[in-house]
Formats: sequence, C-alpha cells, structure tokens
Amino acid sequence: MNYLPNVLFLIALILGIVYFTKNVKKLVRNIKLGQDVDVSNNKKQRWKNMAMIALGQSKMVRRPIAGLLHVIVYIGFIIINIEVLEIIIDGLFGTHRIGLKVLPKPVYGFLIGSFEVLAVLVFLAVIVFWIRRNILKLQRFWKNEMTSWPKNDANYILYFEMVLMSLFLIMNATDSHFQSLNSGNIISQFIAPLFNGASENTLHIIERGAWWFHILGILIFLNYLYFSKHLHILLAFPNTFYASLKPLGQFNNLESVTKEVKMMMDPNVDPFAAPAEGAEAPAKFGASDVQDLNWVQLLNAYTCTECGRCTSECPANITGKKLSPRKIMMDTRDRLEEVGKNIETNKGTFKDDGKQLLDNYITREELWACTSCNACVEACPVSINPLSIILEMRRFLVMEQSAAPIELNTMMTNIENNGAPWPYNQMDRLNWKDE
Amino acid sequence: MSELLNVPTMADFMAQGKQPEVLFWVGCAGSFDDRAKKITKAFVKLLNKAQVEFAVLGTEESCTGDPAKRAGNEFLFQMQAVTNIEVMNAYEIKKIVTACPHCFNTIKNEYPELGGNYEVMHHTQFLKTLLDEGRLTIEGGNFNGKRITFHDPCYLGRANNVYEAPRDLIKKLEAELIEMKNCKINGLCCGAGGAQMFKDAEKGDKEVNIERTEQALEVKPDIIAAGCPFCNTMMTDGIKAKEKEGHVTVMDIAELIANAQDL
Repeated sequence: MNYLPNVLFLIALILGIVYFTKNVKKLVRNIKLGQDVDVSNNKKQRWKNMAMIALGQSKMVRRPIAGLLHVIVYIGFIIINIEVLEIIIDGLFGTHRIGLKVLPKPVYGFLIGSFEVLAVLVFLAVIVFWIRRNILKLQRFWKNEMTSWPKNDANYILYFEMVLMSLFLIMNATDSHFQSLNSGNIISQFIAPLFNGASENTLHIIERGAWWFHILGILIFLNYLYFSKHLHILLAFPNTFYASLKPLGQFNNLESVTKEVKMMMDPNVDPFAAPAEGAEAPAKFGASDVQDLNWVQLLNAYTCTECGRCTSECPANITGKKLSPRKIMMDTRDRLEEVGKNIETNKGTFKDDGKQLLDNYITREELWACTSCNACVEACPVSINPLSIILEMRRFLVMEQSAAPIELNTMMTNIENNGAPWPYNQMDRLNWKDE
Repeated sequence: MSELLNVPTMADFMAQGKQPEVLFWVGCAGSFDDRAKKITKAFVKLLNKAQVEFAVLGTEESCTGDPAKRAGNEFLFQMQAVTNIEVMNAYEIKKIVTACPHCFNTIKNEYPELGGNYEVMHHTQFLKTLLDEGRLTIEGGNFNGKRITFHDPCYLGRANNVYEAPRDLIKKLEAELIEMKNCKINGLCCGAGGAQMFKDAEKGDKEVNIERTEQALEVKPDIIAAGCPFCNTMMTDGIKAKEKEGHVTVMDIAELIANAQDL
C-alpha cells in the first residue's frame, strides 16, 4: 500500500494548524497589550448577546439584502465544514468517503445533498457580493480607507469562496462511484455530464485534484484569516460576548480622575505633600496609542470586517467630514499590528518607534468631528464600539495636552467659572421664571 | 403670563420641611437659551396644571458636565458631577425629571458610580405617566390632523432606548405621526451632540443639521417635534436655512401639549 498521500496530507494538516496557532498566539499577545477592563459581570446576558448577535446574526439582517446573503454564506460555511471532517479522516487514513461506511446511504445522501445545495447558494451569494462591491460600487465599499489592501482583501475572500465551492462540486461530480449511488448528487449530477467524454482515469485524477485543492484551499484560507478582515468569522463570538452591556449613552467614568477629584475635595489632604516613596506614577489620562486602550477595544479592532455600516450611518461622514468610524477601527488594528511586529523584532519589548495612533494614524480633525451620537455603535453587526476609542483619544488631547479646539476651551472655561457652557451667571439661573 | 407660573425651589420646600414629588432639572439650555426657556415654561405650565408638587434647584443647579465629558474633559465632568450630587443628596432627592436628554443621560447613567442614585425621567416619559394616571388630559385641539414628525434625540433614543413615550404623546394629540426615513434606532443626529453645539463643524460638504432637516422635509410635516433643546436649535436653524419658516415649525413635545390646551 502506498502511504505517501496520507503522509503528505498529515504534513499539510500539521503545517496548517501549527502556523495558524502561531498567529493566534500573536493575536492574543497583541490584544493583551491593552489595559485591563472588568468584563466579568452578567455572564448570562453576555452568552445571550453572543447567541443572538454572533450566532443568530440578529444585527446582520437589519439590512435585509446584505443580511440574507450573509446568512446564506454563514450557514453554508458552518454546515459545509462538516464535510471537512470527512475529508480529514479520509486524508489521514486513506479511506474514501468514510461517511458512506458509517452512515446509512440515505442519511449520507441527505447530508451531501444539503452541502451541495448550500454550496450553490453560497456561490451565488458570493457572486452578488462581488457585484455589489465591484459593479454596483455601493458607496460604503468605496470610501477613502477602502483602497489597496482592504479593497483587494475583500475580493480575494470572495474568490476564495467561489473556488472552494466549485472544487467541492467538481469533486462530487467527478466521483463516479458517488454519482452511481444517485443519492446526494442533487447538484453535481448536472455538472457530471460536463465530464462525459473523460476516461475513468482522467475522472479520477480530476476528482483527486479537486479533493486536494479543496482541503489545501481550506488550510490556506484558515491561515489567511490572520492577515485579513475575515478574522471576524472567529472573533465575532468573543467580541459580542465582551461588548459593553451598559446603555450606549453611558460613558465610563475614569477612576484615576475620581481619585484626583476626591483628593481635591478632601479638606484633610495636604496639597503640598510630596508623593510617597515608591508610589505609582499618576495614570495617563486617555489614549494616544494602542497600549492606552483597553483590550476589548483592541479585540474590537481585530474583529472589524470593514463592512462600513458604521461609516454609512455616521452623521459626520455622511456630510463629508473626514471622520469614518470604520477607519478608526482599521487604524487601531494596523497600529496594533505595527506595535506587535516591533515587539517581535526587539525580542519581546516595545522600542519607541516615534509613532503613535494619534496623528500618525488618526488625525485630530477626525476625532473632533464626532457627535457621539452612537449611530456607528448601533450599526455594527458585531458590537464594535468606535466611539469609545474616539472618546479616549479626546481625553488624551484635552487632559494631557490641553489641545481642545478653542471654542471648546471657552465652553469648558464657562462651565468651570459659572456652571454653564455659556457665560451666564449662575445666580441668573432662575430668571426665566419671571421673564 | 409669568405670574401664573408656580416654580418653587428645593430651598423653599426645605424651609417648610417638605419634600417635592419630583425635582425638575432645568439644565443650562432650559435656563439660559431663549428658545429653550419657552420649553421650560411650557413644561412648568403642564406640571402646574397637573398639580404636580415639583421643585427646581434654581441657582443651586449647575451644568451636569455632559459637554465637558464628551469633549474629553473627564476632570471637569467629575468636578461638576460631584458638586451636583452633593447638593442633591443634601436635599435627599429621589426622583428627577428633565427636558434635556443630555442631562437625563448623564444623571441617569453616569452619576450613580459617583454617588448619585436617583430615578431619572425624561419629560416625555413623565408627561406620559401623568396622562396614564389621569392627572393630565390632552385634547387634540390645535393639532387635529396636523402632520407631525418626531426627531429622535440621540441621547434619548439610541443612548437610552426611549422611543415610544414621545410618540405616544404625539398620537394623543390626534395628529398624524409620520416617520422620517431614519428614525428610532436609525435616527440621524442633529449635529449638536458630543460638544459639537459649542464649536464649528470640521470641514465637509454639508452641515449635519441641514442633512437632518432635509430628511424631515421629505415627509412634508407641518411640525417637527423635538425632545431636546439642542436638537430644537439645530432643526430650527435648518428650517431657516431652507427658508421654510412659514411652513414648518419646530416644537418641543411639551410645547405641543401645552399649546393643545391653550396653556
């Protein structure tokens, strides 16, 4: 018996899994660069959110066309992957369609039949996706941040899926034994006649070729994820789990500031006291780089699949401002990747590269254009919160750099002096009663 | 008119050793902005009519800190919050109503962690309760058959999931409630939130309030109803810019109800 194919298969499988694990470790390391944040509360609601939003796609279908197409691809992806199980067993043990041996023929036929139908539906859905992106040119796919890699990445994923689905169907169509069973070849029976003239041997070669390219394609695709927006197929689950459960309007109160305010209000504190020996340095307020953000925000960045629903709902973006919530997420991810690579080249420690998220990636103009309306947060199908990053960066600008736009400084001075954003005396607050 | 308004302060109640049913948090816009003051008065008229024992803080009220917080000045926000909480806790306040969604959101969501725990209602929710309890009645009157569209304030709608109270009130006016293409969770901002009210917009090809006004005008309303003093300003400016002042008016829900009864 010739074990070469089994060995080759095992090597490919191990390579694919090892390389993928290596990248997942990188991903986890990068996400852990973020600040700690307590997300241990209300597990029940968190599981429910994950079940509804990620597993149940509840927010995807708010846009019915894209939502329906996505559900097809999503279900197809999950269910067709059951077939991968068979491929792996066959590959490792040199069996052929092990499912036929362990399952009753009608059950096996039903399974493969469903996979075939789904494969065609996925293929068609992906074609429509491609048309929406490249022919209809839906606006949200053609914003400023969607050039070069992000644009190509999206199309590569679509091509990948088209090829994988085709290979699966061709594999079934050229499997003469499977065709002769006449069970489960619901789609492939119509493809089989295309190969009518071919000899048994040729058919077998095509079938084996399709089988090999299919499984190798899947392994390559698995490893493509880390470099792609397509990571969302994995990260959507933790991301919806760890997303904030608070009302969208509730912004976090900075504890470090609470400490300072309490100290200011406490008459017993000695204002001239030197900090105690070994006391921790005062916390940095807000964020100027990715390490200042919390790890959920960094997870958000890796989860973003650049669909642009946030940007298409953003009032600032709609009216032509530079701000795009999607770009905030992409910039955060790209900078985080850069920081991660920096750590790798410097043997585990980050060496200042003279760059940061603020200014080198996200400009002040973008940050100040936000109305904090939460449209982006509401629009995101996987519970990403671009607004929280914008707020953290504004905090850095205002509290660390005093770099607010001048009109906002006036507003804040008014609040400090007279308890209102306008220069009216607090003693006049009830004058309206008698006007 | 002004002599009709009964606006006791918390200090007045304290002097008599009494507690009001609810504190009316007027807010900076409601106190100082000429347009918003009208909303404040309309709401007070309704409170008086329904014989609600309410009080205001008057000169003891100060900015909640909302615009400072959204601008990134957490320090100033917490200073304001702690001061306000100290005042309100000293008066042992339990329940607050406000006509400003920004004050509503801040006091309701961001004050508890800093020691301020109150039941907070938006004035549309409060008016709805008054109606449900039969303490206030509305007759369609002036608005019978008028086309009214409601502009969702971000800090009431998306931020706190209050969509129905203002709409229920409009329906009670026997007016025709019509929805803009972007409404409720998809509502488009007026452009004032996140401290934008106090600065010029960044460079773009349009002002946000113009975009929103155009959406409102698409459904051909007689009245654009608002539930936020800042939205009110932005939409009123939008209507002026579109030269539609003669045809479309922007009114707060409290004003609609007060007007319906010729208060």
